[in-house]
Amino acid sequence: MPPAVVLVTGVSRWLGGALAGELAADSSIERVIGVDTVPPSPEVLRRLGRTEFVRADIRNPLIGKVITGASVDTVVHMNISATPGGSGGRTSMKELNVIGTMQLLAACQAAPSVRRLVLKSTSAVYGASSRDPAVFTESMQARRVPGGGFAKDSLDIEGYVRSFARRRPDVDVAVLRFTNFIGPRIDSLLTTFFRMPLVPTALGYDARVQLLHEDDALAVLTRATTQDFTGTVNVGGDGTLLLSQAIRRVGRVPVPLPTPAMGSIGRLTRGGSLVDYSPEQMRFLNFGRVVDTTVLREEFGYTPRYTTVAALADFARTVQPVVPPALVDGVAGRALSLLDGLARVSESVAERRRPAPPSIPLRAVRDA
Amino acid sequence: MPEAQVIPLRPEDDGIGAPAPVRSWDDHVAGGIEFLRRRLTGDYDTDEFGFDPDLTDHVVMPSLRPLFRSWFRVETVGLQHVPDAGGALVVANHSGTIPVDALMTTVALRDEHPAARRFRLLGADLVFDVPVLGALARKMGATLACNEDAERLLTEGELVGVFPEGFKGVGKPFSERYTLQRFGRGGFVSAALRTGAPIIPCAIVGAEEIYPMIGNAKTLARLLGLPYFPITPTFPLLGPVGAVPLPSKWFIAFGEPIETASYGPGAAEDPMLVFNLTDQVRETIQHSLYELLLQRRSVFS
Repeated sequence: MPPAVVLVTGVSRWLGGALAGELAADSSIERVIGVDTVPPSPEVLRRLGRTEFVRADIRNPLIGKVITGASVDTVVHMNISATPGGSGGRTSMKELNVIGTMQLLAACQAAPSVRRLVLKSTSAVYGASSRDPAVFTESMQARRVPGGGFAKDSLDIEGYVRSFARRRPDVDVAVLRFTNFIGPRIDSLLTTFFRMPLVPTALGYDARVQLLHEDDALAVLTRATTQDFTGTVNVGGDGTLLLSQAIRRVGRVPVPLPTPAMGSIGRLTRGGSLVDYSPEQMRFLNFGRVVDTTVLREEFGYTPRYTTVAALADFARTVQPVVPPALVDGVAGRALSLLDGLARVSESVAERRRPAPPSIPLRAVRDA
Repeated sequence: MPEAQVIPLRPEDDGIGAPAPVRSWDDHVAGGIEFLRRRLTGDYDTDEFGFDPDLTDHVVMPSLRPLFRSWFRVETVGLQHVPDAGGALVVANHSGTIPVDALMTTVALRDEHPAARRFRLLGADLVFDVPVLGALARKMGATLACNEDAERLLTEGELVGVFPEGFKGVGKPFSERYTLQRFGRGGFVSAALRTGAPIIPCAIVGAEEIYPMIGNAKTLARLLGLPYFPITPTFPLLGPVGAVPLPSKWFIAFGEPIETASYGPGAAEDPMLVFNLTDQVRETIQHSLYELLLQRRSVFS
């Protein structure tokens, strides 16, 4: 049964706005309500269509009034911040993520109209360490529980959502564990990372990265909202890349630094919200993370249109490469033709220096 | 003039040989340039375990080959027991202070097996903790020794290599050479049972003598967080020179596969069967180690 009234939190960001816009374009959905603490940018606003925007903080009980007042039946929770930079420091990030989710879930529990909850979670809940299996399935848990930051918040949030599901067994809950987003329009940890001309990486480590294109992320969220999958699903593109390889494919220069130096760069840049080199991100950059997407394809019923490689290539179109691959190809091509010329010259020199082969080996022909 | 008889020409007759099919220097350089281009633009494939076949084939293998051919003069026996395709689990003895035996087996299977099989090693978690080494191990196709990864590789039809003795094997004193240590908890057997992959016992002779470990600086090892700190007749006494392995003569023998598919995947839950199979594999390897040692004339020839 398609939803009648959908509430989307975190609608001022690109993905939230895009989802609300997509749902608003679906005429079978009666109302789409978008909630965020900050008003959407004009660009996002254009996409929103007939979405009703409510400027509200999910940490505020007001959200409960919105849900009951509009008799919302489907809640999509994506107001979870991955970086402290965007939300004014780690303390307020944690508050928004964890307390905000608790408030939202409390409001949902009190609203009998709610029948479905979709949580935008992350594969960061699996952690990242040298002792983890290479590929995570939904049933696995982090061998080293993430100690802090976004991953810890996401673990807590998933925990609250699970207990909500126990208290309201009539509500269908879908938890989507996304890998890292990439694409021309979305803002994510890796897009900021790949936009820097020189990309600091951890010396002696090379993470495995699995990417998800923004279009696929949007399609999965839309499908999760309008259809009836319940449970937890990993969402990621097919295939993986190594971090160093991905950086080079975008035409950036990886700068391997010893891990302690990375920490101080992180401290320097965190204030400027350049890139978040928190310990947890560092572990991700060291070891990486790959998830199994069998459930996505077979039970959820969606196959991402972009592979990891294709998603990165689509993103790479939009950044000006520092080391353009065409230049490398050109240089290699020139070197190869130069080599070819050299080889031909040396061949002819060798030919000239070699004693002329005896014309017809006469001694082979003997008289009988 | 009477008929002339034509005598077949032999190359050594006139000193001009047929051109040997060796790659000329410019092919080598061209290959190098092409390799550099791929590396600079990231234009190569890697898999979910971090395996980088391009780097393995063009850098790692060529640097190991001299060691394999000229230094240890490795002889492989029983390659016909390794299937040309499909998942299989190679179980081998582990020795040599530094796990060079794993690398040599990788070269053996890639270079000498008719299907040029890639060997996907399962390594201890310590390997992946260490910077550079961990990343390099993954690029060579190794992954963490855990059931999840082993089963995933076997299901994908890869040839997986495991050294169940682990650090107990590599870090054992020289006096205990060629005696197999305890075989872990038999996790490799349950991985094979769950995926129905055959187990191929593999005996490696020669690796024990490359760094004869006569002592173990336990305190230093504990300080450095290592499972052992080897003392050999030349290391650390001669410094970096002590890191040169002794040129022992090597044999790598693959035994007849032990089939596991007929037990069914549920058999992995039967501890008695798992123990029995583990023992069977261990006995087979120990037996072929003794056989190979009898055949070997001396350590270095």
